Amino acid sequence: MTVTLNPLYRFETFVVGAANRLAVTAAKAVAESPGTVYNPLFVYARPGLGKTHLLMGIGHAARAINPRLVVEYLTLDEFIEAFHAAIAAGHGAAYRQRFLDVDLLLVDDVQFLTHRREMQAELLRLTDALQAANRQIVLTSDRPPAEIEALDDRLIRRFAGGLVIDVAAPDYETRVAILRRKADERRAVFADGVLDAVAALEIDNVRELLGALNRVIASQSVQDAPLTPAQVKQLFGTGSGPVDEPAARDQEPATLDEFGDFLSEIAATVSQQVDTWRTKVGAAILRWEGEGFRTNRLEELLERELVTDPESAIARFEADVARLRALQAEAAELTPDLAGSAAFRDPGDVAAAEAALQRAREGTHPPPAPSPLWKMEDLVESGANRMALEAARSITLAPGVRYNPLVLVGAGGVGKTHLLHAIGNALSAAGGPVACLSAPEFTSELIEAIDRDAVKAWRARYRRASAFLLDDVHLAAETDRTQDELFVLFNAFAESGRQMVFTSAVPLASLDRLEARLRTRLEGGLVVALPAPDSDIRERVIARDLVARLGAPDPALATYLASRPADSVRAAQGLVQRVLATAEEREIPPSAALAREVLEGLAPVAPAPAKRAPRSSGIVAPTAGGARSREKMIWEWPDVGDRIVEEWR
Amino acid sequence: MSLVNFTAREITCKIVYYGPGRSGKTTNLQYVYGRVPEERRGRMVSLATQTDRTLFFDFLPLELGTISGFTTKFQLYTVPGQSYYNATRKLVLQGADGVVFVADSQARRFDDNLESLQNLQDNLLAQGVDIRQLPVVFQYNKQDLPHDLILSHEEMDDALNFRAVQSFAADALRGGGVFETLRGISEIVLKRLAAGSQVA
Repeated sequence: MTVTLNPLYRFETFVVGAANRLAVTAAKAVAESPGTVYNPLFVYARPGLGKTHLLMGIGHAARAINPRLVVEYLTLDEFIEAFHAAIAAGHGAAYRQRFLDVDLLLVDDVQFLTHRREMQAELLRLTDALQAANRQIVLTSDRPPAEIEALDDRLIRRFAGGLVIDVAAPDYETRVAILRRKADERRAVFADGVLDAVAALEIDNVRELLGALNRVIASQSVQDAPLTPAQVKQLFGTGSGPVDEPAARDQEPATLDEFGDFLSEIAATVSQQVDTWRTKVGAAILRWEGEGFRTNRLEELLERELVTDPESAIARFEADVARLRALQAEAAELTPDLAGSAAFRDPGDVAAAEAALQRAREGTHPPPAPSPLWKMEDLVESGANRMALEAARSITLAPGVRYNPLVLVGAGGVGKTHLLHAIGNALSAAGGPVACLSAPEFTSELIEAIDRDAVKAWRARYRRASAFLLDDVHLAAETDRTQDELFVLFNAFAESGRQMVFTSAVPLASLDRLEARLRTRLEGGLVVALPAPDSDIRERVIARDLVARLGAPDPALATYLASRPADSVRAAQGLVQRVLATAEEREIPPSAALAREVLEGLAPVAPAPAKRAPRSSGIVAPTAGGARSREKMIWEWPDVGDRIVEEWR
Repeated sequence: MSLVNFTAREITCKIVYYGPGRSGKTTNLQYVYGRVPEERRGRMVSLATQTDRTLFFDFLPLELGTISGFTTKFQLYTVPGQSYYNATRKLVLQGADGVVFVADSQARRFDDNLESLQNLQDNLLAQGVDIRQLPVVFQYNKQDLPHDLILSHEEMDDALNFRAVQSFAADALRGGGVFETLRGISEIVLKRLAAGSQVA
């Protein structure tokens, strides 16, 4: 059906001369931007002047610029044959759709449209449709459209509406250039003037010109001395007078003929048989190019004089193609966008494909990393959290060895997340990507992956991590698929000795909805409780925060704030925030007195109160009656934005 | 032997002219020798008795020059036809790339042709070569003799050419059919290159 583009018919191998320069320029313009200039492009020329070469050259060049371009080359005969087959099979619509999907349609030999009314109508319809969709159509013929007998006027007008251009017979200089290029390709060396003599023959058809060259090559091969220009003229019957012909000098003409004929035929046979490798390589090029792979590596073989083992070269090429396919399949699983990537179409550069896959593996979406804000050195150690911190330090020194998994259990705000991320950062510093996220984020990613049908890729992201840290694992207790995935991931990390850390706000034993297989595995590591911060921790945390915010310590304020009830570090830090915010608002320095006023609702005190207010639990009796914690009450929200910030905090 | 040596870029074909005594094998080689330009032919080695019977074998090396980048050489051999030189025939047959069976078209030599053909098959088989796998052509020589003395081309084919391989009528003395036969066997031998069975 559709002929694959001949790899030898490229612009690079087309000899440009005065007679065809315009056509080549137009063809290149079309190849560079199909559908935008000269649409349709109609090239006509007498047979043997390079129409097909030019047509395929457009296809090659266009595809080189945009490998995704759908290019179809076919002769009119094939076009007709396809039409008849489609009609016979009742697939007329599919036939039309097939061509409507083509970006660049190359139709050869349209002069055979003569008297084919139904095909003319079909081509007219197709031309209109392709033009309307800005798709390119290029046609060739041996005569201008107007001279194609019985051609529909509408088609003639359509063709004329694009660019109709002819390729004339090559002039003498072009003929010499063609002959030199072909002689080079054949690695035939001639004496000076021989090719000029051939070019001087009255041959204005390139095909016949190459036939003449073949004859000269064959003649030279049967004699030891190089042919002379005079002999060439004699060979083609254009010379006159005696010819200095060394091979004939010592031989009777009849004798020479008999052995010469034998030799010519043997030479042809040998050439045909020895050059079978060219046929094999050519067939491989056609096949793999047709499948969308770059075949430069095989084309380079054709430029050699001899390839002793074409099968091995082709086998190596095909092995690389197979490797590319495997790489592409894996890459497509990771990132579906990579499915059609050009990186996987060049067997000459498998390394580029491997690099592309590696990038895909490493991922444009690496697993969530621990927050760099939370560091181990920022943690305040006390008797209450010492065990947890010791365990954390131990696993950062020897990940996956001593406590795997480490499970941190404690109420909200006790510093589980801080410690988790701090461990994550320490492990990251030791090398390798560390996955660190919360259970709800994990579930959310899983749902998204299921939605994108990319669960494998999603899993792969986590499996590549050197450590897996999951915050709030108790929130996974309500899920099904997340637990499945966690279970599988857990086993993978456990088997490979990679560190896992989990946090839970609920004691594991209370997690009824957490599957036993998962819970027991978590319990199999080290479960450490993180209790609520004692006043010592609170005071040190508050003192540190005040130094960070004020630039100087304020022990009185720190002591007061630490004395306030707070069941978590976060709550204690909230107290600091409130006092500092009020101070800032009033544009006065923060102090214990101000804190007292803010937190206990007491009237502003004199700069130096004579009597220190008694410590309050924070529970005051409001005037309206009923007990309320003033620290928990919201008195005034400046605006919504601040409220969100507060909630976030 | 290696038919094509890609490393040395050399093609060498060994073609053996086989057949009963006095069928015209040496005459074939002599005709070829006489038509080959001097610079292309090696020295023809011919060991013959006083009565011009081949005693050992004839050997004609032909240098065909460089074809498609390969130095192409043909080596034409004949075997002594007499039955008592079988050891020599076996020796010459070794490594043959193709065989021209030169049959004597005279009706009275019918049995000699058959016997020689059988001998060819036996000798090849002794070397582990199946004649069906080896390029072979038939040349029915002496077709210039009066018709009442000879079998026609078709009759010779019926008698000898069971596998319907190429066959040529010849008059080796005057050269009729000599080059046609050589061309025929050469092409078959060279085309085996495509199969790669003897490619080094």
